[in-house]
Amino acid sequence: MTRFRGLVGRDLKLALRQGSDATVAVMFFVLVVVLFPFGIGPEPNILARIAAGVIWVAALLASLLSLERLFQTDFEDGSLDLMALGGLPLELVVLAKATAHWLVTGVPLLVAAPVLAVLLGMNRDGFGTLELTLLLGTPSLSLTGSIGAALTLGARRGGVLISLLILPLFIPVLIFGAAAIDSALAGLSARPHLLILGALLAAALPLASVASAAALRQALEQ
Amino acid sequence: MTLSRSLRLPIAARPAMTEFAGSRLTCLRGERLVFVGLDFRLAAGEALVLTGPNASGKSSLLRLMALLSCPWRGEITWDGAPVAEDPDRHRARLRYVGHLDAIKPVLTAEENLGFWAALHRNAGPERQARQALERFGLERLAAVPARYFSAGQKRRLNLARLLLAPAPLWLLDEPTVGLDQAAVTRLGEVLAGHRAAGGMVVAATHTDLPLPGARHLHLDGFAPAPPDRGPGPDRGPGHEETWS
Repeated sequence: MTRFRGLVGRDLKLALRQGSDATVAVMFFVLVVVLFPFGIGPEPNILARIAAGVIWVAALLASLLSLERLFQTDFEDGSLDLMALGGLPLELVVLAKATAHWLVTGVPLLVAAPVLAVLLGMNRDGFGTLELTLLLGTPSLSLTGSIGAALTLGARRGGVLISLLILPLFIPVLIFGAAAIDSALAGLSARPHLLILGALLAAALPLASVASAAALRQALEQ
Repeated sequence: MTLSRSLRLPIAARPAMTEFAGSRLTCLRGERLVFVGLDFRLAAGEALVLTGPNASGKSSLLRLMALLSCPWRGEITWDGAPVAEDPDRHRARLRYVGHLDAIKPVLTAEENLGFWAALHRNAGPERQARQALERFGLERLAAVPARYFSAGQKRRLNLARLLLAPAPLWLLDEPTVGLDQAAVTRLGEVLAGHRAAGGMVVAATHTDLPLPGARHLHLDGFAPAPPDRGPGPDRGPGHEETWS
């Protein structure tokens, strides 16, 4: 457990000192959402209607942005070889790196999302549910994304490949995330959708770490 | 001085007859056979120096020994037991220093080492890291971010990882590249201390290493025959049956 925390702490330290990933993800998130009023026109009803979907799509794209480098730098400088030898199972290495990725790119989205919801004129009833869906959904995105990041290690133009591989897998999270907010706005219970988001996260935790670790072993063999 | 230091190296559970060996190893990388029918044998306190031209498979052999890849044919054993049966145990008894330096430029030397020390389940990672830095003459650079290091200093920082936690088998890929004479001498002391405490060293190199009494393994003797250009150079007898 201390070794797991050590790895998360190291990745956080690296992200903070390099400083780009967190700010880029959240700036991208804000900019994508802000583009919509320009494209659609300042019609408050339409914007309020599409707010949930827009925020969720922007969150998917923002978390995809830095996935390419999840394992890439460690792979290129040999750190991943040493982690494979280091005694911590690769499954836990994946979990630690996905956790750090979520803390760096997912948590800032949680902070920025209510501001954007105000900007799009979303009804205040949906704010709590919006935060809950992001809280449950964005860790799933980091975990699922780690599979794509591990599979495309060493491939040229890996970033584009990751998008093609992973965006379809993000669809369930998008559907239930946006649907939960819509039901809260319509005065219905968001609970079923939130439960399914929680189930998706519970399934992604073991499945993504096992799949990513298998892909990493494959990459290290080359 | 070397001896007194080496005696303090706590190699846990030192069996009297440790033997690390590989038999009839064949390595396939991509579609290319790198070497065929290679045997090696190493006992406690011994060193094995791998030599051979570029692309003769020195690094590949080290990666096989570290279980970072699997041999296409053949078997690697530790005390007679195949290492592939219990890979985690084998990984715990080796330290691998490859070409790549695994150093994060934004972390300081001490933070870089401290992370690896913690990953090796070390009780006092900071103290271990500082001691390891001292052995390689980097103590004054402990708080300097590694991006300001020269190539030789990075190499020394990377070699300092060997001292973070005791392990009986050290696998070194061209450890002296970029090192000055003083650093090579220090490396020699560290390696001698490791061997005096019953450790093993396998090193790939193109230059002379400070490893007195080491056995040499020339990898060009195990090169496979090019399938369409006649027999390969220096190919030892008896490898035909493995090449099919």
